[in-house]
Amino acid sequence: MTDEPTPSPVPSDHDRYNARLGIFSFLLYLAFYAGFVLINAFRAEWMDMVVLAGLNLAVVYGFALIIVAIVLSMIYGLWCRVDSPGRDGDAS
Amino acid sequence: MIYEPSVSAIVIFLAFVLGAVGLSFYLGRRTQSSEAYFAAHGQIPWFVNGIAFAGDYLSAASFLGICGMIAAYGYDGFLYSIGYLAGWVVALFVIAEPMKRLGRFTFADALDAKFNSRGIKAAAGVSTLAVSIFYLIPQMVGAGVLIQPLLGLPHWVGVVMVGVVVIIIVVTAGMVSTTWVQFLKGSLLVIFSTVLVVLVLNRGLSTDQSPRETVGPLPLSELSTNRIDDRAVLVPEGGWLDHPELIRLASNDDDGFDVFVVAPTDDASTVLLRRGQTLTKKTTGETLVGGLPLGQGQGERQLRGVGSVSKLPGGSSSTGPLGPVEYLSQLRQSEVLLWSKHDFQETDGSSTTVYYPRPVEGSRILRPGEHPTFAGIRSGKTIDRINFLSLMLALFCGTASLPHILIRYYTVKDAAAARKSTIVGITSIGFFYVLTLYLGLGAMTSGALDVTDSNMAAPLLARSISQWLFAVISAIAFTTVLGTVSGLILASSGAVAHDLVGGFLGIELTGTAQVRLAKIAAVIVGAIAIVLGILFKEMNVSYLVGWAFSVAASANLPALVMLLFWKRTTSQGIIASVIVGMASSLLWVLTSADTYQKVFGWDPADAIAPFSQPGIVTIPLAFATLIVVSLVTSPAKPVADA
Repeated sequence: MTDEPTPSPVPSDHDRYNARLGIFSFLLYLAFYAGFVLINAFRAEWMDMVVLAGLNLAVVYGFALIIVAIVLSMIYGLWCRVDSPGRDGDAS
Repeated sequence: MIYEPSVSAIVIFLAFVLGAVGLSFYLGRRTQSSEAYFAAHGQIPWFVNGIAFAGDYLSAASFLGICGMIAAYGYDGFLYSIGYLAGWVVALFVIAEPMKRLGRFTFADALDAKFNSRGIKAAAGVSTLAVSIFYLIPQMVGAGVLIQPLLGLPHWVGVVMVGVVVIIIVVTAGMVSTTWVQFLKGSLLVIFSTVLVVLVLNRGLSTDQSPRETVGPLPLSELSTNRIDDRAVLVPEGGWLDHPELIRLASNDDDGFDVFVVAPTDDASTVLLRRGQTLTKKTTGETLVGGLPLGQGQGERQLRGVGSVSKLPGGSSSTGPLGPVEYLSQLRQSEVLLWSKHDFQETDGSSTTVYYPRPVEGSRILRPGEHPTFAGIRSGKTIDRINFLSLMLALFCGTASLPHILIRYYTVKDAAAARKSTIVGITSIGFFYVLTLYLGLGAMTSGALDVTDSNMAAPLLARSISQWLFAVISAIAFTTVLGTVSGLILASSGAVAHDLVGGFLGIELTGTAQVRLAKIAAVIVGAIAIVLGILFKEMNVSYLVGWAFSVAASANLPALVMLLFWKRTTSQGIIASVIVGMASSLLWVLTSADTYQKVFGWDPADAIAPFSQPGIVTIPLAFATLIVVSLVTSPAKPVADA
């Protein structure tokens, strides 16, 4: 197969900034998620510990993962830079 | 259990279905071009698209499967909620904006944006079809599960009904009608689930619903007598001999019997008998419950609803209304009756299932590792831990690889709208997943659970509160299936018409001809889904969705991520990655112990795959394939960055 690359949509500075912000946010959440998964896999008994208001670590960490995802996504949405309207999809 | 259809349920159900179909016909009048059919002209408002994300994503597996798993085992079902939501983080932070920027109608568009490769179109098209069909099976099975209690119709009727309605929705107006049906479904699902949780919290926890169906405590010696509690003890025979902990006492009320499981007490010299239930399938096809024919007439019996709190903190009988934190805290300190089962053969060849209660501490219900899928994390075996890690990895990577989710990025006008709609989606989906824990635990203690089918937990929880609420929740659950199946069939029809026929085969079609072909493909895929939904009737809904996530994460995500972040990615690398990821994950799933046991009915010990979840092997394998093939086929000049 001799497929030649065709012109692709050129990312703007805002796109690159948003992508960097996205990757940083992703890595932050990935670390939080990985902590949860690894504790479950290798120290499952820690999940039984009561840590807050009569709730165990499993419940608190589980809820925290959901809440942090929502909060982080909102922060990302606020900090993202916006291009001038109509630029996206031009290449298609 | 025997479900009696009610007029209210039928009326509400028909209103939902007719509303969805009517909306499709109304919107269909304005949908003629391929831009409108596949991508709704990119004019869907971002908020509507965000809720439609929820409507698309919160499938039968989320609503029925997760709630059912939590109701039957506790916290473990919530692990799916966590994993499914975490996957949206990948979608928002990594995929959303580039997908919108690169693509037009289908997932293949984005993968092929830099190359114009027929091979990529073919690989991505086939991958879309494979993932969508895998995902369609549990949705159709879920439809059949729902229709039985709602309308009193057989499983296959539900499957056919969903298939026909969805084909009408997709064929009439494509993405436009699909989006609005998903928007309505997503809104209703979140709103009524919230109402249900508020009612559950208001009801609190109580031991009042616990069936007073214990005998004893009895002296141990009494177990060897031929009469207990003034009832004759039936002599064990056949498979009953293998279960000395099960005792059958003749009924004083009818000609049947009651089964009891022997449970220890604090006093080592006494035991307690807890009442269970039996279901026997005769070789003649007749079904017996407690030795009597299944039915509601004289001389017949049916299985009763189960699920109750056996002990509350401080010995109280009721907590009264509770807040969300208090509810979980109180439950952690309580004791709940969960139900297990034994299957065995009778001497006459009939097969019997005995369902029996076992008291479980609340602290165990609210921790991971009680469900067979997750029990491995407490086994100490490395292979079980790897299996768990593999599942959580597939859930994390799967969401952003599902074609029917990815095409929704083309329905909004720009990258900012794609981002905003994903944030709305994450918020509504995350909120719903928090609710699943309360819905599941509420069902677990509702006294309404069906021991034979945990998938019905959420609707039955609603029925324990009000018949009207049951009708509404069941209709919403049915609409849930409609919304997700519509998205899947639309993604599949786009793959056929746009990627395979237009892209791979290179057949030039006008917009109208492409839409016509997509509609024909939708009918065919819908028909295939109907057949598969009937064939896979007995399969667990969540389990099947796990397959789809693993295949999607292995086939699609590595190619998409590398295309965005590695300049030396080549078209050959993408094709190889998609094919290797898809083939290896499918092969792994088909040769795993779970499939051997649940699909083929073979001995799981003979399985070839060392553990059930392929993601931890097949996702890195797809990445490695892409890197190696790209390095080998790399052009002299690197491809421009995305």
